[in-house]
Amino acid sequence: MQIKAVFKNYEYLLFLGVFLILLPIGYALDLVSVNTVSLWGRYFCFAIAAISVDILWGYTGVLCMCQAFFFCLGGYGIAMHMLLADKGTGVYGAVIPDFMVWNQVDTLPLFWEPFYSFPLALLTTLLVPLIFAMLFGYFIFRSRLKGVYFAIITQALALAMWLLFLRNETLLGGTNGLTDFKTLLGFDLTTSTTKLSLYLLSCMVLVLVYWGTKKLVNSKFGKVLVAIRDSESRVRYATYRVQNYKLAVFVLAAVIAAIGGMLYVPQTGIITPGRMEVKSSIEMIVWVALGGRGNLKGAVLGTLFVNFLYSIFTSLLPGSWLYVLGILFVVTVLYLDHGLIGLPAQIKSIISNKRTSKL
Amino acid sequence: MSSILEVSQLKVAFGGVQALDLESFSIQKNELRVIIGPNGAGKSTFMDILCGKTQADSGEALFRGESILGLKEVDIAEMGIGRKFQKPSVFTSLTVYDNMLLACRMPKGIWHSLFFKINSEIEDKIHEVAKKVGLESEMTHLAGSLSHGQKQWLEIAIVVLQDAKLMLIDEPAAGMSDKETYRTGELILNLMQHHSIIVIEHDMHFVEQIAVDKVSVLVRGKLLTEGSFNDVRNDKGVIESYLGTGAALQLTE
Repeated sequence: MQIKAVFKNYEYLLFLGVFLILLPIGYALDLVSVNTVSLWGRYFCFAIAAISVDILWGYTGVLCMCQAFFFCLGGYGIAMHMLLADKGTGVYGAVIPDFMVWNQVDTLPLFWEPFYSFPLALLTTLLVPLIFAMLFGYFIFRSRLKGVYFAIITQALALAMWLLFLRNETLLGGTNGLTDFKTLLGFDLTTSTTKLSLYLLSCMVLVLVYWGTKKLVNSKFGKVLVAIRDSESRVRYATYRVQNYKLAVFVLAAVIAAIGGMLYVPQTGIITPGRMEVKSSIEMIVWVALGGRGNLKGAVLGTLFVNFLYSIFTSLLPGSWLYVLGILFVVTVLYLDHGLIGLPAQIKSIISNKRTSKL
Repeated sequence: MSSILEVSQLKVAFGGVQALDLESFSIQKNELRVIIGPNGAGKSTFMDILCGKTQADSGEALFRGESILGLKEVDIAEMGIGRKFQKPSVFTSLTVYDNMLLACRMPKGIWHSLFFKINSEIEDKIHEVAKKVGLESEMTHLAGSLSHGQKQWLEIAIVVLQDAKLMLIDEPAAGMSDKETYRTGELILNLMQHHSIIVIEHDMHFVEQIAVDKVSVLVRGKLLTEGSFNDVRNDKGVIESYLGTGAALQLTE
């Protein structure tokens, strides 16, 4: 029985085996560079964001085009903390971050204050997307905006926020964003040990988020979400307050995306408004669509697969990437009903169909 | 017996067309009322108003003494009015069992759903209703894989499990085979013991089967007549509205 259960979950074992054992060992033996390790760490952050897209779009049928914005809220939060924690180590040696010096700002803006201490910064970074999503979602879902209209309005939000963050007056670094981080909690970000630790942390947070959302979608709550996707009005007539459910999952998705962003920025060393462009949110949707929407494993697989291909193609055949992505997307939409994750089952059913037709 | 639903002066117009102009309509507890009428008579609109999907322009509708006009769908459903739509509306990517589980009467808040644990009472109830509608052997199948008739039964099961005091059933036999239609009739007659039911139907054989109480005829938004199935069938006005004046004259001659 035990062995059977283990085989049934071979995907999990494969994932943990490759990323928690093989890759770190490869690094220890100098077979894998620390940059490659760090690259995968960043993919895990994307996968966390992809999970948030999947619970919204895949399970509830709410196509949200601003998840990259929430991802960036998390990223900016941790970036602000890192800049403040490193105060005095910038080029100008000032107490305030360098970009403020260029912009003739001499005192720290009030909204930067909570980001001094790590625990408070952590809390604020999670609370900001939470409150934002709650307010925005409350009005949107109350007016029963859905489908394409919801997608458009979230896209407009993403665009508006991008424009806002681009401005120097927003005091978040404008087009250049925030960069030049030195330490996180006192650990030097340039050392391999810190990079490996951040990689492992990202991996573990991904596993945790996956486990938590898996529990969520398997609960009755998750079934209500799928029911909303299938027939929203029927759910309403079954006495569920649909807008509360949608709001809850929207807020949860925003927070999960922000967690991804928080882990991402210390590993890349920069966060700019470019990350919250509409395009970035659409990319997240593409990862989920390729991997298999309505399936958490699919979201993670799709993200890792697409990003892995991206790094291969951009280094081997620069310029070909968009074609590759386009072809992949078209093939998925045309032939893979359940994305990459559904491929084995699809092949199996084709083979068994052929067999029965031969008989 | 007290009436469970009382409607008076209910009016609604869509872009200048008076879709419904119901002077008075009421049904008793545990009554099975069949509403018939030509296309565009306002039958479905009437149900839409009763379940909160459409807002009435004016009038009054009391369900167990409480006004339901202007309330949201969820609130009306919570009060105990259940709706089965003309086009089957079930959760196609959930199993039949999950469809029924979601419908069961219980607190439906977010926290409750998050920490919900199945208990034998609910389990028994689901199986009892599944047996009633003949879906016992389909419990683990996806609702989307059911036949059209089975989907209709599943939707009826959903309304039953919701513990609706008043069930609004819109064309339950549409698209069903004769055998399935007959079974649906039996099912509705069985449900009458515990629920008040309003059924909209076009199929006259089916109406004959289930019209044990009164039949109401709606024509152009107005209540034309009410009475037993035979009374209504022989009513000159009814024949006229269905077949036109000439045909009515021929038939009565």
